[in-house]
Amino acid sequence: MADGTIGLWTVPLAVFGGAIRVSTPFLFVSLGECITERSGRINLGLEGTLVMGAMSAYGISYLSGSPWLGVLAAGVTGALLGALHAGICSLPRVNDIAVGIALMLFGTGLAFYLGKPLIEPTAPRLPAIDFGWWSDVAQVRAALRINVLFLIGVVLAPILYWAFRTTRWGLLIRTAGESSDAARAMGYSVLAIRLRATMVGGFLAGIGGSFLSLFYPGSWNEGLSSGQGITAVALVIFARWDPMLCLWASLAFGGAAALGPALQSVGVTSGYHLFNAAPYILTMAIMIITCSPKRTLTGAPAELSITR
Amino acid sequence: MTSDVADAVDAATISPAADPGFLQRHGGSIEYILIPGAALIAALGVFGIFVALFGKSPLDLYFYMYQGAFGTWFSWQNTLTRAAPLILTALCTALPAQLGMVIIGGEGALLIGALTATGTALVMQSAPPLAVQFAMVCAGMVGGGLWIMLAGGLRQYRGVNETISSLLLVYIALAILNHLVEGLMRDPASLNKPSTREIGAANMIGSIPGTDVHWGLVFGVVAAIASYILIYHTVFGFAARVAGGNVRAAKIVGLSVGKLILTICFLAGASAGLAGMVEVAAVQGRTNANLAAGYGFTGILVAFLARQNPLAIIPVAILLGGISASGGLLQRRLGLPDASVQVLQGIIFVAVLASDALYGRIGFLKGKY
Repeated sequence: MADGTIGLWTVPLAVFGGAIRVSTPFLFVSLGECITERSGRINLGLEGTLVMGAMSAYGISYLSGSPWLGVLAAGVTGALLGALHAGICSLPRVNDIAVGIALMLFGTGLAFYLGKPLIEPTAPRLPAIDFGWWSDVAQVRAALRINVLFLIGVVLAPILYWAFRTTRWGLLIRTAGESSDAARAMGYSVLAIRLRATMVGGFLAGIGGSFLSLFYPGSWNEGLSSGQGITAVALVIFARWDPMLCLWASLAFGGAAALGPALQSVGVTSGYHLFNAAPYILTMAIMIITCSPKRTLTGAPAELSITR
Repeated sequence: MTSDVADAVDAATISPAADPGFLQRHGGSIEYILIPGAALIAALGVFGIFVALFGKSPLDLYFYMYQGAFGTWFSWQNTLTRAAPLILTALCTALPAQLGMVIIGGEGALLIGALTATGTALVMQSAPPLAVQFAMVCAGMVGGGLWIMLAGGLRQYRGVNETISSLLLVYIALAILNHLVEGLMRDPASLNKPSTREIGAANMIGSIPGTDVHWGLVFGVVAAIASYILIYHTVFGFAARVAGGNVRAAKIVGLSVGKLILTICFLAGASAGLAGMVEVAAVQGRTNANLAAGYGFTGILVAFLARQNPLAIIPVAILLGGISASGGLLQRRLGLPDASVQVLQGIIFVAVLASDALYGRIGFLKGKY
């Protein structure tokens, strides 16, 4: 695999390419969760949403022949799961963290159930844009084959950053997250705001799932997601609920996750499983460094149960 | 079961002049059985509709579920064998819940417990079996205990959310297991499925006489009863419940909350680690990726369905063990995918949580306090 012309550069290049490829699901889930958490609710069920999104995208892409319809289906599935989460959470005395855990189990179970017949067939995959056309080196070209969804995610992050600060909707979501009393006093229904925020969050997480099954790794099987969804939820916490920081954190995570396969491609196979666990270890390390028992996190929505 | 808590609440609210009828006195405790029971039945109904959408008869479904779970002595044994690790992993969620912590990393503690127990047995090959088994129990409990204590310590001393960290630790535990099983601890003879060497037939803990159910069930029941006594009938448990109700109050009366968190998390992890030891020493005989069978995750559901009460965990674990035992029959007779058990568990979980809204709202149980 190692090309003589670039030699050891293969590893950083593969990590770079991998960062872009692997970060996309992290990016979409964390942006979605960012919206949900800013409204004052946490949805741990996005792990299940991610897997359901991957399954429905693959199924619809296979049946319709259009991967973009698959992406849409994944988003709609995610939004429906988000609505379920928000619906149950709006009942009195129901704990949003517990509901998230339940939907995590429910979403993965349902995806495995419905996705059983989809393991065999091959669905049309999402196209990639070749940014590496200028290079003769195969690895460079491979690293620069970038999916449109990644670009959408990259554009979405600053838009969300701007929307939270300046638009009416952004302000409403933040008000619901900081003080539900204030939102209520202004005449808005907190539950309705959170319902929409959770549905949009689920929509984005579903799209993140479609990337898994339709681009990279690009097939549907039951081992497709192993904790990317929950890692992305943790990522939002140390990204301080800031969409731009979510983008950088996702890229760092993608790079960490790409390290194992990159090293394997140059023949370093010992410790393969440990390198695969790099994103989780990185998450733990960053949470240990950035959290503190003495103060609540800066930027944390005051209504969020997880930071209280 | 939780009656002493409920009674205490009732006693405080009933006016002395009133003549409390049975419902008024026990309405609170009846709720704890009636509401989860209703949620369970509703979930089974929803699952029946779900299965009917795929053209299978719900009546067949219920019949085969009953057959596969509790229909014959054979299926009872299968059910109880699966209930054993579920009791232990459920305690991993239920014990920290007394402190108001949500730990969902039982699966990780189970895997680490299995690894440490297996490692101990392999090192002690020449020792008498009873000594090996005892050492395995200790090693499994210490391994799993330290694993969850890590999540508890991070919460106490670094403010790291324990729900997320304990789940991340599951994936890290799985990576460590795969790494060791394919490297340092690998049995060269295991080609297709990398595994450790067998712990040896003499060191297996065997079955309860007259049954095919292994001793792990007894471990589980003893652990659940011990947890119940610890939580509801000792000063330590009382302190834990005080801290779980109000951390500020606990600090004011001088409780060392940090010590409580670390001890409870250790016990919780030790319980799940024991489940790992049991799976190795009673079922698998060695450690490999098969151990990540999801007992840790089903245990979370068991704990919530039992409302975090250690004694209630025993029947609930048997019920959920029955559901998973019936999975095989559903696959063979109805052609349902193996994930159908997971779907049903998810529906039950959602239904049980949604039913939390009903407490104190059922007209005929409310009475006039």
